[in-house]
Amino acid sequence: MHLKIFSLLLTLPLSLSLLVANGTGVCEKCPIKSIQEAIDQASAGDTIFIQKGIYKESNILVDKPLVIIGEDFPTIDGEDRGEIIRIVSDSVTIDGVFIVNVGTSYTSDHAAIRVVKSSHFVIQNVVLEKLFFGIFIEKSQEGKIYHNKIIGDAQDEYNSGNGIHLWYSKKISISKNTVQNVRDGIYLEFADSITVVGNISRDNLRYGLHFMFSNNDVYNDNVFENNGAGVAVMFSKHISMYNNQFRDNWGTASFGLLLKEINDLEIEHNLFESNTIAISVEGANRVNYLNNEFKSNGWAIKVRGACYTNLFKGNSFLNNSFDVSYNSRINDNLFEGNYWSNYSGYDLDKDGVGDVPYRPVKLFSYIVNRTPEAIVLMRSLFIDIIDFSEKVSPVFTPDELVDKHPLMNVL
Amino acid sequence: MFKILKYSFYDLARSRWSYIYFLFYFILALVLLFLNHDLSKAVITLMNVIIILVPLIGTIFGVMYYYNSREFTELLLAQPIKRKSIFLGQYLGIAISLSLSLLLGIGIPFVIYGLFNSAAIWDFSLLLLTGVFLTFIFVALAFNISIDNENKIKGFGYAVLLWLFMAVIYDGLFLMSLVMFEDYPLDKFSLIGSMLNPIDLSRTLILLKLDISVLMGYTGAVFKQYFGTNVGLFTSLGVLFIWIIVPVRRIVIRAKRKDF
Repeated sequence: MHLKIFSLLLTLPLSLSLLVANGTGVCEKCPIKSIQEAIDQASAGDTIFIQKGIYKESNILVDKPLVIIGEDFPTIDGEDRGEIIRIVSDSVTIDGVFIVNVGTSYTSDHAAIRVVKSSHFVIQNVVLEKLFFGIFIEKSQEGKIYHNKIIGDAQDEYNSGNGIHLWYSKKISISKNTVQNVRDGIYLEFADSITVVGNISRDNLRYGLHFMFSNNDVYNDNVFENNGAGVAVMFSKHISMYNNQFRDNWGTASFGLLLKEINDLEIEHNLFESNTIAISVEGANRVNYLNNEFKSNGWAIKVRGACYTNLFKGNSFLNNSFDVSYNSRINDNLFEGNYWSNYSGYDLDKDGVGDVPYRPVKLFSYIVNRTPEAIVLMRSLFIDIIDFSEKVSPVFTPDELVDKHPLMNVL
Repeated sequence: MFKILKYSFYDLARSRWSYIYFLFYFILALVLLFLNHDLSKAVITLMNVIIILVPLIGTIFGVMYYYNSREFTELLLAQPIKRKSIFLGQYLGIAISLSLSLLLGIGIPFVIYGLFNSAAIWDFSLLLLTGVFLTFIFVALAFNISIDNENKIKGFGYAVLLWLFMAVIYDGLFLMSLVMFEDYPLDKFSLIGSMLNPIDLSRTLILLKLDISVLMGYTGAVFKQYFGTNVGLFTSLGVLFIWIIVPVRRIVIRAKRKDF
């Protein structure tokens, strides 16, 4: 039995090289010099090996199940002519190629790799540079986008595209990718049951992750760093996000995470650090914020209204200029057992829970919400005085918005 | 004038208060840096202290010094010296010695902690510069108050009131007017409002140099557009300068006419 497997393993590289010898290899000196030619000649289920070299090709059409593998990262140069690879067949794998110079267009979304109405595709170890759109998945399902590197050079929002773009797609896993300097790092629209795991999205012009009309998605262990506006999750439900890091989204219109028209969301164990607004919430219901860490943000949580039945529990709020900001006196959200670095209460019975409730909404944050210009008075002695008196006897800030059991130590 | 300046300066240099003032800043800066090695964060904390305490100490010290050296002033007036020289000399003596205590008290700990290798050096210099400006402004205002009031208690009362107004009440009125007129475009108004009070102006200048300015959103952008440029910086320094010139002019005029 063991011997059988062993001999099978031995013949495996042999059979692969046989395939190359059979003419499914592509190189500058081979009989087949272009990738399109190789695809046209291959039959379904074949493997095409692209040897190291520069291939000046665009509009490559993959219309049958193929495995396309680049050896030592061959370069496919689109010469700014438009789209480079279009996949219209199920079960296509693209592995280990370097694609540059996708054409920019104002009327169509040219992509380096576009998958159309296909399933079971795998795109991995691909490096994209000088691109318009990177990997564009439309009306496809059950695919894998794994360990790709997308490095754009976007300058303006109007003439740049997204790194990984999903549209009307289902059951796709996006993992271990790095996306930087494009418009939106990862873009999901009408994309259900997607997992986004372990990606790094940074320095993008607009959003690190842009999420609309997409339900039942999970994203965890991602890093979103220094993006123009952070991460936006809009018009979606049943999303869970955990162990992500939202960092350095710092600018007048930036936030770590924007939630708008969202229902049933789990936000757990995430880190929000140095964002102008860590989480900006509008119209989000039944959202559980558990065990997150908010560190050195301008606003940790900015609630703009219509947010009901949200739970904030076990979070740590460390050195934020404003912990929580509300624009109304109505509160249907529960703050319970969080750690607040601004908390000045005591714990006489030493059970780790403060004996005095904490009011996370300062009067000044209420005033700033009403009259944004008032922020010029930030850090003025007068503001400290009115904040203190409001803390002692709340008049303007929501009465019931208190953390009754604030923690004494960081979790 | 310079003789009197020198005399006042040496007199203050010998006095306990200058050393207490110096030591206070020295220990404050040391403790701050000891607790938090980040120079730029220490600058923010120091800003809070400086914009409140420097004016307070300036006014109280100015009033105190004027009343204490009144007999000496009367002695000088009997000599053939210009009144302008006497009062200006005294004013500069006290303002310079207070500024020196501030500069050395805060400067030395920061230099020990490696200010010259830090990116915070410009913010820090701006902080010290505004500190010096505030000292000169509030000592001048204090002299104005004490020249006008023979009664010490009244003088002290007005001095404290002045500080309270500039540091707290002004901001309250400012905030109230902002909230009352919130339906109108307010960015120009808030710009002017913060230019008129030297404490607010110093605070805004320093805040905008630090990166919390992005918290200010749109208003911050308007402010940054103005203060961020050299024009804005020099205008604000100019306004601070006017805040020194006008009270000093008034000291000279009042002193000339005053009947001792």
